[in-house]
Amino acid sequence: MREPKIIVVGGGLAGLMATIRVAEAGVPVELFSIVPVKRSHSVCAQGGINAAKNTKGEGDSTDKHFDDTIYGGDFLANQPLVKRMCEAAPGIIDLLDRMGVMFNRTTEGLLDYRRFGGTLYHRTAFAGATTGQQLLYALDEQVRRYEADGKVNKFEGWTFLSAVIDDGGICRGICAMDMRSTEVKTFPADAAIFCTGGIGAIFGLSTNSVVCTGSAQSALFQQGVDYANGEFIQVHPTAIPGEDKLRLMSESARGEGGRIWVPRKPGDTRPPNSILESERFYFLEEWYPKYGNLVPRDIATRAIHRVVFQEKLGIHGQAAVYLDLTHIPREVLDRKLEGILEIYEKFLGINPRKEPMKVFPGMHYAMGGVWVNNEDQATNVPGIYAAGECEYQYHGANRLGANSLVSCIFGGGIAGPAAVKYARGLAQGCESTPASAFERERKRQAAMNEALIRQEGGENPIAIWRAMGELMTEHVTVTRYNKNLQQVDAKLRELTDRFRRINLSDHTLWSNQTLNFARELGNMLVLARVITLGALARNESRGAHYKPDFPERDDANWLKTTRANYSNGEIKLTYEPVDTSLIPPRPRRYDVAR
Amino acid sequence: MGETKKVILRVKRQAGPKHAPRWEEFALNWRPAMNVIICLRDIAENPVTRDGKKTTPVTYESNCLEEVCGSCAMLINGKARMACSALVDSLPQPIRLEPLSKFPVVRDLAVDRSFMFESLKRVKAWIPIDGTYDLGEGPRMAPETQEQAYPLSRCISCGNCLEVCPQVNENNAFVGAAIISQVRLFNMHPTGAMHARERLEALMGPGGIADCANAQNCVKACPKEIPLTESIAEMNRQAWKQALLGWLFG
Repeated sequence: MREPKIIVVGGGLAGLMATIRVAEAGVPVELFSIVPVKRSHSVCAQGGINAAKNTKGEGDSTDKHFDDTIYGGDFLANQPLVKRMCEAAPGIIDLLDRMGVMFNRTTEGLLDYRRFGGTLYHRTAFAGATTGQQLLYALDEQVRRYEADGKVNKFEGWTFLSAVIDDGGICRGICAMDMRSTEVKTFPADAAIFCTGGIGAIFGLSTNSVVCTGSAQSALFQQGVDYANGEFIQVHPTAIPGEDKLRLMSESARGEGGRIWVPRKPGDTRPPNSILESERFYFLEEWYPKYGNLVPRDIATRAIHRVVFQEKLGIHGQAAVYLDLTHIPREVLDRKLEGILEIYEKFLGINPRKEPMKVFPGMHYAMGGVWVNNEDQATNVPGIYAAGECEYQYHGANRLGANSLVSCIFGGGIAGPAAVKYARGLAQGCESTPASAFERERKRQAAMNEALIRQEGGENPIAIWRAMGELMTEHVTVTRYNKNLQQVDAKLRELTDRFRRINLSDHTLWSNQTLNFARELGNMLVLARVITLGALARNESRGAHYKPDFPERDDANWLKTTRANYSNGEIKLTYEPVDTSLIPPRPRRYDVAR
Repeated sequence: MGETKKVILRVKRQAGPKHAPRWEEFALNWRPAMNVIICLRDIAENPVTRDGKKTTPVTYESNCLEEVCGSCAMLINGKARMACSALVDSLPQPIRLEPLSKFPVVRDLAVDRSFMFESLKRVKAWIPIDGTYDLGEGPRMAPETQEQAYPLSRCISCGNCLEVCPQVNENNAFVGAAIISQVRLFNMHPTGAMHARERLEALMGPGGIADCANAQNCVKACPKEIPLTESIAEMNRQAWKQALLGWLFG
């Protein structure tokens, strides 16, 4: 039997899990990542990972986890696979525990669980407030073990440019660039698994890392891989504003008892600690008595926007609210939340154990992503698989906190063996693809680089990126109006024209980061339009997608998945039904008991 | 109206591994809460030196910008630290940026730290699980053990501890404090402890723990405040014990 070859692009949680599962099946893996995989964006996940282990006598169950996830996602997710994920979650925790993740423990030496948004149960396992880092390291270590055994070959410092798709429409490998030498090369493979993460950079500022541009997803989209539910963008309620990044303040801060408030008196200039309890407006607790500070993120974010922009109650008249931990014992804070407190202290010079933190919502997560089938993470192009944040299928219209880590590991864990099965079943593998197919793609990509390097326009890529980010953040995040969305699309086209006249200011061929950024920017502009057009078309409000002109969820017309495809340079939206076979849709309300 | 406040930055530039380094100076518009990353982005948006000469954007590594990915380590005013958490207002000017000196320069401020990842391989820094199959829960662990191990597991492989170590130089393959501390972490885990011996053997080889000369610079340079000197002392104990047992019963 011929030995198949699998490529994994992206070395965050999903990519590493896929890699492990492929290597475990005895199949060699080539793993591509822009950064050394240990530096992937998964390290930024803070609060924890969900699994209904029911260790606190609350009667939690995987069914309840499933229901919370579907309800939290406003019924837009196809249900069967979400159910399987929730059922698999406890086993995933066990696996991570066996890999040596330093989860917090109870007095009995068992894993501890805390509360998170959108649920009433203690369901979130955690390792301090750096859970993503700890999980990523555990998987990174397992991959390093396979690497030492020669089963995994890493290409760190390489960026994905395009898939190699043969005349029959089948993926036979990838084309990538060594970011040091700027060499463009093709790599044959029987299947490629994409785990390329988030798209925060499209919004300029977000809680995401620098590499989260969505460039790979967009490149695939432009090659015929469909993209689903692009318009569903999660804005996290509590981030620290910043000029370079919006630094996340985990939902676990509220899971451990943190409270959100503003002074009741508009423009109150007193320091927070001198404002009496009765003079504080704990608006989430008042508006949502059952869930309080732990309503899902879309709800909390809209509430903060309402308090700041409509009721004009932002702290000192600014766009900020307090996230208050000062009432929680210091020992608890240091044991359970130290990682995030350290971030606040280092970047602002203020001790959040003593003074409430100032936070504001920030773009955080893409619920939408590469379209995959509802079985095995396969896209519509044979040989291309996707897992993790870059695909769309687990979180519906809004993701619950601490569900992303579980979906990454679950999805990666499915994609790996699925790609192996597909590759083993191929009548003809990539070795029988004519060399010309690879050479054609390599030449096409190299020519794009050469054109960018040579051209002498007057536009700066960073300036265009900032303009795109401001547009997207202002009009395509929390509150959306059709008139504005139309204008955004027109302006994105203008920016695309300007992009054609960019000047890299660096015309060298060694470690030229501007060249790579320009490639990413071109792709971001396309994906920005997919998001905007999806939002423009969807005339309802559901989960994170909110239009004041269409304030209600409209199941009759919009209980359907947006599926964007690209042909001849045009973005086309089609729709497909949502599989709601397990839990019939019901109204989603967090202000009353369910 | 007075002139806008400026931030003066001196950056050591180097076009490639074989090129000679040179210095460039930049004058950027000051804004509140600036960090070194924001300065480097300002340069990328308008790559012009202080004396008006056109130049290229500065190459540097960065990713999370919240000091958890370990990418943006560099020398800032001569001190090894992370660029994202280096706040301009707390730094005397001109702010000098240089690449870490103990790793090969790729270009400008970007260096090649693959030595650290290779070292992790050498010491087998992992828990050798039987597979990803459903094999039940992991071993129980006292909260006290977790509280000791968790800080060790927060190592971001930034390389600052190697940068400040006098034992890390061209004539020496010393793995450095980060790696020694990782061995302690894995030897502490109930499953990891079953294979402590092979990790110790790797650590007792060339470039291993015997090369530590106890300068104790590492612990001061660690951005994550990992008790590196404690780790080194503990691993010395474990290494001696293993050597002694080997000598007695070997």
